[in-house]
Amino acid sequence: MNRDAPRDPANSFQDMILALHDFWSARGCLILQPYDMRMGAGTFHTATTLRALGPEPWNAAFVQPCRRPTDGRYGENPNRLQHYYQYQVILKPSPPDIQELYLESLRVIGIDPLKHDIRFVEDDWESPTLGAWGLGWEVWCDGMEVTQFTYFQQMGGFDCKPVSGELTYGLERLAMYIQGVDNVFDLNFNGGQSSSSDATGRGRRVTYGDVFLENERQMSKWNFEVADTDALFDLFDKAEAECRNALDHGVPVAAYEQAVEASHIFNLLQARGVISVQERASYMGRVRDLARGSCEAHMAKEKDRWAADYEGWSA
Amino acid sequence: MSDFLLELRCEEIPARMQAGARAELEKLFRSEMQAAGVTPGAITVWSTPRRLALIARDLPEATEAVREEAKGPPEGAPDKAVDGFCRKNGVTREQLELREVKGRPTYFAVIDRPGRAVRALLAEAIPAIIRNFSWPKSMRWGAASQSTESLRWVRPLSGIVALLGDELVECAIDGIASGYATHGHRFHCPGEITIGSADDYAEKLRACHVIVNHEERQDLIRDGAREAASDAGLTLVEDEGLVIENAGLTEWPVPLLGRFDSEFLDVPPEVIQLTARVNQKYFVCEDGAGNLANAFVCTANIAAEDGGAAIVDGNRKVLAARLSDARFFWELDQKTSLEDHAKKLERITFHEKLGTVADKVERVAKLARWLVEEGIVTPKDKRDPGSEAGVTKEELADLAEQAARLAKADLVTEMVGEFPELQGLMGGYYARAEGLPDAVADAIRDHYKPVGQGDDVPTAPVTVAVSLADKLDTLRSFFAIDEKPTGSKDPFALRRAALGVIRLINENALRMYVASGDLLDFFADRLKVQQKEAGVRHDLIDAVFALGQTTGKQEDDLVRLLARVNALQSFMDTEDGANLLAAYKRAANILKKEDWHGVEGEIAKTGEEDPLALVDDPDLKPIIAEKMRQRHEMLLSYTPEPAEKALMDTLAEAEPKADTAIAAEDFEAAMGALASLRGPIDRFFDEVTVNADEENKRENRLELLDRFRAAVHKVADFGRIEF
Repeated sequence: MNRDAPRDPANSFQDMILALHDFWSARGCLILQPYDMRMGAGTFHTATTLRALGPEPWNAAFVQPCRRPTDGRYGENPNRLQHYYQYQVILKPSPPDIQELYLESLRVIGIDPLKHDIRFVEDDWESPTLGAWGLGWEVWCDGMEVTQFTYFQQMGGFDCKPVSGELTYGLERLAMYIQGVDNVFDLNFNGGQSSSSDATGRGRRVTYGDVFLENERQMSKWNFEVADTDALFDLFDKAEAECRNALDHGVPVAAYEQAVEASHIFNLLQARGVISVQERASYMGRVRDLARGSCEAHMAKEKDRWAADYEGWSA
Repeated sequence: MSDFLLELRCEEIPARMQAGARAELEKLFRSEMQAAGVTPGAITVWSTPRRLALIARDLPEATEAVREEAKGPPEGAPDKAVDGFCRKNGVTREQLELREVKGRPTYFAVIDRPGRAVRALLAEAIPAIIRNFSWPKSMRWGAASQSTESLRWVRPLSGIVALLGDELVECAIDGIASGYATHGHRFHCPGEITIGSADDYAEKLRACHVIVNHEERQDLIRDGAREAASDAGLTLVEDEGLVIENAGLTEWPVPLLGRFDSEFLDVPPEVIQLTARVNQKYFVCEDGAGNLANAFVCTANIAAEDGGAAIVDGNRKVLAARLSDARFFWELDQKTSLEDHAKKLERITFHEKLGTVADKVERVAKLARWLVEEGIVTPKDKRDPGSEAGVTKEELADLAEQAARLAKADLVTEMVGEFPELQGLMGGYYARAEGLPDAVADAIRDHYKPVGQGDDVPTAPVTVAVSLADKLDTLRSFFAIDEKPTGSKDPFALRRAALGVIRLINENALRMYVASGDLLDFFADRLKVQQKEAGVRHDLIDAVFALGQTTGKQEDDLVRLLARVNALQSFMDTEDGANLLAAYKRAANILKKEDWHGVEGEIAKTGEEDPLALVDDPDLKPIIAEKMRQRHEMLLSYTPEPAEKALMDTLAEAEPKADTAIAAEDFEAAMGALASLRGPIDRFFDEVTVNADEENKRENRLELLDRFRAAVHKVADFGRIEF
């Protein structure tokens, strides 16, 4: 493969990601790497949650793998996965041309808005877990939701001052659309065209299924059938205790990580079907308290510095 | 005179908020103009997803000069008072005028307010309108949002066009300045366009692929979708809500028809229609036989270069994914019997004080069975002995109980989890697929009915039993824990449940006790509202309900109650009825004036502690009757006048007639018996002096009027009826 070849998002999942990186990098965003924890959505990345608080400008883009244990379908559903990727862009404060920037990024990955019907359809976002909400849209491309577009109004129970604009692209959906495939596992991952491989294996066509199908089968089975629920309950309690320990010692970022951990353990318990309807609300409340407590501690730790550096700003 | 154009451009406004936003814009504009003393001509308001526009015709160039005068304190008043008056009116002491008021020199402030240019007034009004605008949800954005005091709008506000005639109305809010420029269609004409005046606004936008008039877009979608369907040999399933929503999502609507795999038609048509409508905002179509066709109509926002082929193809794929999810649910749900689904209801809380849904189901099942066993709900085609057709009471009771036990089972199915509005309907489908009797499947499907005012009322006996039991249980349960609707708050939809009960009972002529106490009063209120809408006078309903207050037994049988009300309504429309009412009011007034409480009341005055209680005591009845007879004889110790005699005779005849008719619930006959009193009572009032000097005559005549009143009360409390 010619390493100087232009990006080919129409035929390559990884080139689509690289094209987005190129695009947002050229527009002043940091290109970050995924957070190294299991989480339900890119919004949980500290580059989104914690950075949405406070007055400091912040522009970043990154891919975040997302874990949704209950969405697993043993690799048998063409659209549903328990592990998939989101592409997150966070622009703070939200720039006046954010919609145009976003549409330009669609053109870059090969979606022509004069051929395809792009629509901004009301969809407000709320995460009770994070004590967060925002207004925005789901962006439709020919009737398919390809992006969640949100102006954060509150995070961790605090008003966002200023407001961030958050874009969350569903990468697999977009790629399926651009590549014209009906099954996510048929996505061409690397743009390779040949089915045979040379001794190095490079240049061979690798599909999304080649990379992830077996993972989906095994992880669906583990999520739904195998995971030791006693151990999970125990892990939940431990994450909760550790979050409080971290808060007691004034390290809110560490506390926040434990809140993210507890949130994922809760999702696994849900997939195992061992949390009753009545218990559910109580567990969600516990996760929410951890996440909010971490955000509050983060705010408490930083707010004096922010107020000193940014005139007129207050928590 | 000039026309005014205001366009407020912003990022995409939710479709559901646009109608409210148009009304809000007009309201705020009118109130600003009124406050400024400007009377606009015709006002037009339009919306698209990206703009709100208002055109006001015939605004004057300037407001007229106004002279205002204010009367102040008299000359010589304390300085404090005079200074205060000056401050209030914004004048100096030297500017005050002295005038004679009732002979006293008094200060007057005369303020000349010169006319102002309307352009200047508008420049002040526009920011005020924007700041005062009320959205269901609004937000902050951008760098300014570092302060929570920054401007709020539904989505970021990006531009203002404000032109009076062809002149710019200069204003600015939070860094957004008014101008001549707007934007055309997001993709077809992304650049700026310059507007000259209100007159060229719509046409300039149209040239840039924006149809600013929402009604025109609605027409395009309605007609275009119909045409797309008929071009494919199909009929569009009309949906005005979808028309409006799609018009709120597009500036250049283009309806396009697509097909989906006909294999999906195995899934119930309601599911397909709902998936298409709710998730994708598509119309669906029917074939010539009225069956759902494998076609959808989506509304694009562009005139695509390829005629929309790629758009249709994309939408087809999305719908296919949705329908395969729906089919997955449909098949998965059927792997478990409704009976097994129902077991999971134990895990769902109905209300913290009322237990689980399973508890409710248990109560409803018992009540549904009871309604049949008590003969309140009866088989439509009762089986004769030896015959095969029809059902027995026992069989009907079994069916009702079975249906009630399964009626809520679909709440835990995947399909209803995805589409809560399909509750009942899915249970019906699953019951039929399981091979349960049609009567049970129908009852599961329809037991939520009637839902709204215009909804059908079930008539199939099993459905009636389950539907009635479900609603009565809800009402009784929530009233038992004192969760009653208050004002506009009715979180458990109890008003709707009560209305449902009323309609089920009346339209099926079910004879039963519905409730007592607060709940009966609640039914009475609902009944009044419902009957009022059906054109029945609420005072007549009051008149019948009020009977309970005199007899001590409130009417709790709604069928009998309405039969009485209906007979009363017809009667009151006749001349006899109207005259009888007049006579009744006259009699009642006299009795009130004379403080007459009847012969029993007179006995009461004899010193018994509670003599009226004795009237109903069976042991004392003969004694009381004897006492009454003696009393009557004593009273009638004179020869009655002819008109008096005639009334007595007619009453003696009418009373038992009315009693018999009422016992037979023949309220028309009862009214007829009362009508016979009209002539004699009128004559009585004409010819007889009630307040005779002789006490025995006076007492007898008052007693006669009381008898007349009591006779009328057999039918209704005429005191509640309005002329």
